[in-house]
Amino acid sequence: MLEAKNITKRFTGITALNEVQLHLKAGRVTGIIGENGAGKSTLMKILSGVHTDYEGELMINGKTVKFKNTRDAQDKGIAIIHQELNLFPYLSVTENIFLGRELKNKLGILDDTQMKRKAKELLAKVKLEVDPKTKVENLKVGEQQLLEIAKALLLDTKVLIMDEPTSAITDTEANILFGIIEELKKEGTAIAYISHKMNEIFTICDDYVVLRDGEFIGEGPITEVSENELIQMMAGREVKLHRHNTHIPKNTNANLLEVDNLKIPRYDTPEGISFALKKGEILGVFGLMGAGRTELLETLFGLHPKAVMGNLIIDGQKQRFNSPQKAIKAGLALVTEDRKRDGIVPDLNVRKNISITVLEQLCKLGVLQENKEKTVSKKYIDELKIKTESDQQLIKTLSGGNQQKVILGKWLGTNPKVLLLDEPTRGIDVNAKSEIHKLINELAAQGMGVIMVSSELPEILAVSHRILVLSEGRLTGNFSIDKANDKNILKAAIA
Amino acid sequence: MIATATNQKLNNLRPLIALLIMCLAISLLSDKFLTVNNGWNILRQISVNICISVGMTLVILTRGIDLSVGSILAFAGAIGAGLLKFGIDLPSQNINIGFTLLGGILGALAVGGFLGWFNGLTITRFKAPAFVVTLAMLTMARGFTMLYTEGFPINGLGEKFGYIGTGWFLGVPFPVWITLVVVLIAVFITNKTPLGRYIYAIGGNENAAHLSGINTKRVKMIVYTISGITAALGGLMVTSRLDSAQPNAGLSYELDAIAAVVIGGTSLSGGKGSIWGTVLGAVIIGVLNNGLVLLNVSPFWQQVVKGAVILLAVIMDKTNKE
Repeated sequence: MLEAKNITKRFTGITALNEVQLHLKAGRVTGIIGENGAGKSTLMKILSGVHTDYEGELMINGKTVKFKNTRDAQDKGIAIIHQELNLFPYLSVTENIFLGRELKNKLGILDDTQMKRKAKELLAKVKLEVDPKTKVENLKVGEQQLLEIAKALLLDTKVLIMDEPTSAITDTEANILFGIIEELKKEGTAIAYISHKMNEIFTICDDYVVLRDGEFIGEGPITEVSENELIQMMAGREVKLHRHNTHIPKNTNANLLEVDNLKIPRYDTPEGISFALKKGEILGVFGLMGAGRTELLETLFGLHPKAVMGNLIIDGQKQRFNSPQKAIKAGLALVTEDRKRDGIVPDLNVRKNISITVLEQLCKLGVLQENKEKTVSKKYIDELKIKTESDQQLIKTLSGGNQQKVILGKWLGTNPKVLLLDEPTRGIDVNAKSEIHKLINELAAQGMGVIMVSSELPEILAVSHRILVLSEGRLTGNFSIDKANDKNILKAAIA
Repeated sequence: MIATATNQKLNNLRPLIALLIMCLAISLLSDKFLTVNNGWNILRQISVNICISVGMTLVILTRGIDLSVGSILAFAGAIGAGLLKFGIDLPSQNINIGFTLLGGILGALAVGGFLGWFNGLTITRFKAPAFVVTLAMLTMARGFTMLYTEGFPINGLGEKFGYIGTGWFLGVPFPVWITLVVVLIAVFITNKTPLGRYIYAIGGNENAAHLSGINTKRVKMIVYTISGITAALGGLMVTSRLDSAQPNAGLSYELDAIAAVVIGGTSLSGGKGSIWGTVLGAVIIGVLNNGLVLLNVSPFWQQVVKGAVILLAVIMDKTNKE
């Protein structure tokens, strides 16, 4: 049905896909499997007309096609349901189904009766029993998912791509979804199914494709492969980064931070998370998308005061934070994942971005002492080798790596006991990455405790002393570095 | 980098250059413009707007807005006048509490501060949009003013009180002194205190500010409180100059204040701008008003020109960014 031949996609500097093959067959479900960053999403975006600039060939029924945009892809029978649903909450079910493709009568006025009739038909097909007039905001996530399928069915969809459709829905809802997938199969639709969940892949897929680091690794019927073999294919790469955890924390070191039965918000798990962090230890936290890694750090930092359950002990003292201020006072620092959204103040200069956490300590009788502020910012510009014209340069004009160093600098100024890092090297070039890894190691050597969330396994393995693995809000693995390898970590991540 | 730095400086100078050109043009067309008397006249006229605009600048720097300043001005002015003239009656105890000049002034400022604080509280506690909250306060405070004055002006407030708006000190109109002090305090706050830095940080990226441990709610409350106080101060100046608290005082003053802030280069999306810029913006509006009157331009055209200048300022600001 749909065939992709030697697809290569380059973004500035990186090759996201390299000579990837894909065959989607009518009436079969193909599971697309790979770690974060394996290239699954990029491939799907090419198939659905989001990225139109690529090398290689797409063929529908043996004929080469090149989509101009997503609408063009839809018209040619390819629909995608994104992980983040694309619905308008304040519009009705009917309005959502027909958005951009409204039926009109001869006078150019919306033909409501016709649309309603058609909407009812489609809803029946996906077994969604709601009034077509219902506003989408009143639907459950599972129902919204079905609505997305109904939307796709409005068009003559021959290929349906589903990106992690079960990540936000309950098991019952998932079962309804699987039933509908079966129906679509019978009607001859080709389905591409992206999922991290092995049991789902084995339940509903007929074929599999494995991608890793943008490379095509293998494909075949699902019946001819075992779960272990799939994991092997997903993981089997050599660790390219050289190790940065040269400093070894003493075993005798006291626990700096203890977490006991902490529940991660959004996840309704019977058991909370428990772990300990020693002085000078780097704790890597791995998990696939949606495992609750960011939420874990946010909870520790006091950003989910209402959701906090369980105990948090820092330096032997029981703590409970309801705001970042208190967490900072207790010696925590959080470098967030999204630098632009949560990290930098773009229109302030480097100096002001560094000093922001310690301003009140730089005051004399409530007046800011400019020379003290200069000294602090100079210290971190020098120590962290931040490349900037002067401390007066606006932070938004720096490169990603240097912005990240400024953010690190602002937190080092608070002398944190525990440094929480969320994807500290995301979107940063290789050299800056290595520098930041080295820095993390040095900070640990000075006695700081570090918790580093990363979705890059090589990074986790290169930097950590101990590795925690999360899956859907549960702690599914706790390895010391000498016992950890990419296979047992990935296995825990999809458990 | 150096090129963009000079560019930046040039951009900051643009309003100043515009002002100079405007002054030159008006003085060529009217010989009444460039006189000492007219200078003081303009400064005295814009004192009130500058005062309000200073508070407004702080609010807008945090990415907020305060539409209630005109009404707060009227209410605080009425309260100040009422306290001075009538004091507070407590009929049940058969007591009348009289107020000294200072008592009346402080009472007015306290009322303004309280209403501003209430704005801030509603905005931070309920995460309500500042636009709507202060719009509600605009209506409510005007209603309070009508209730308190029963719709009539409060006249005859005494010579001492009149000094605030009409007096001269060291050869300079007294309201100009007041405004100068307000401006200097605000400049000090924005440049030399953590509060000022936090104001910029919140406007620039509230998430980042919050995650850096800044008490963003507290900063916002302070900013709206200050805006209430500066509006009240404006109310005292207006009331004093007219020797009368008018229930309709300050109508649409919030728009003049926002105009001054915007013309002065402060971004409505927060995080960028300065107090001096706002002062310059208010002076531009003042000179424009004065010049158009001197040149006998019809008041209808005056409004059109004023609006066009605001539009021009915003367009220039936007094109600079690209």
